[in-house]
Amino acid sequence: MLSLFLAAQIISGTTTVQEVSLQQLQNTFSQKDDILYVVNFWATWCKPCVGELPYFENANKNFPADKVKVILVSLDFPKEKERLKTFVSKREMASTVYHLNETNANVYINKIDSSWSGAIPATVFYKNGKKVLFHEGEFNQQELDSIINNLNNK
Amino acid sequence: MKNITLIAIVFFALCSFKQPGYEVGDNVADFSLPSTNGKTVALADYKDAKGFIVVFTCNHCPFAKKYETRINDLNKKYEKLGYPVIAINPNDAAQYEEDNFENMKKNAKAKKFTFPYLHDETQAVAKAFGATKTPDVFVVQKENGKLVLKYTGAIDDNTDSEKGVKEKYVEKAIDALLGGKSVETASTKAVGCSIKWKKA
Repeated sequence: MLSLFLAAQIISGTTTVQEVSLQQLQNTFSQKDDILYVVNFWATWCKPCVGELPYFENANKNFPADKVKVILVSLDFPKEKERLKTFVSKREMASTVYHLNETNANVYINKIDSSWSGAIPATVFYKNGKKVLFHEGEFNQQELDSIINNLNNK
Repeated sequence: MKNITLIAIVFFALCSFKQPGYEVGDNVADFSLPSTNGKTVALADYKDAKGFIVVFTCNHCPFAKKYETRINDLNKKYEKLGYPVIAINPNDAAQYEEDNFENMKKNAKAKKFTFPYLHDETQAVAKAFGATKTPDVFVVQKENGKLVLKYTGAIDDNTDSEKGVKEKYVEKAIDALLGGKSVETASTKAVGCSIKWKKA
């Protein structure tokens, strides 16, 4: 029974969705550990965002964990927390998923990147505490993988 | 070398996404678009207006939905002061059926829009403005017969909850213009749904 429970836990991957402030989020990807942090801003109701989630999941799975870490930051409204949790567990998402707990987008958008218009999806890449690339708009698998490869070979 | 070339190609491909669009202080070109009320609307039709609140919005986007009432309230407050709301939906209906012209008509009726809700089917107006998402606001003022962009960005500082709003950016901008002052915060940002551009 216990092993069944554990197996279910492993299969369902990361089902917890932690609420974070912008500062807490920045702390997670600002580490000087040679890992490329791929930070994607999305929401459960955003069709192009949901469309590209599998590519991020694949990247998280296929690249070595000591080289690449995917962080999916949901901008769903606070009251949609349960919807977000259900979405993440149903899809058995294995990447780290955070729920951003900030209301003033005019402040946090510019802190992420001054060229970000605020449209989602948007993705930022960080390495050793430095932003190495910002991208507004969606990716396909090939684009995402080649960007990760290139940024990691620098 | 190969890597550098590849990075250059990727960067170029990503950069070409950017819309140029208007910046604050730029002259804005008039347009003529069909409205859900059956008329065709151009800014030149509003002879007595002092300016306009041009809002790119749509039916399907949850951020746009959150602002429907607030956009209606903006029009109720500022139309009589010379700044009517002109709402424009630029989304490709082939990607979101909810955003087609028939559904726009239904939404305008159901939500009792007091402002014209226009369909930018060719997306030319959204491109000219450099709109990137819904909702995206542009406050324009008439100056010596020209239309000049005075404010661009968000409606206020809290999309999720109107009660939680601390700063009403659009209202502040128009109040300044009505008082003959310059707009203090002329550009802000908000999260929104990316405009669904037609696929080439």
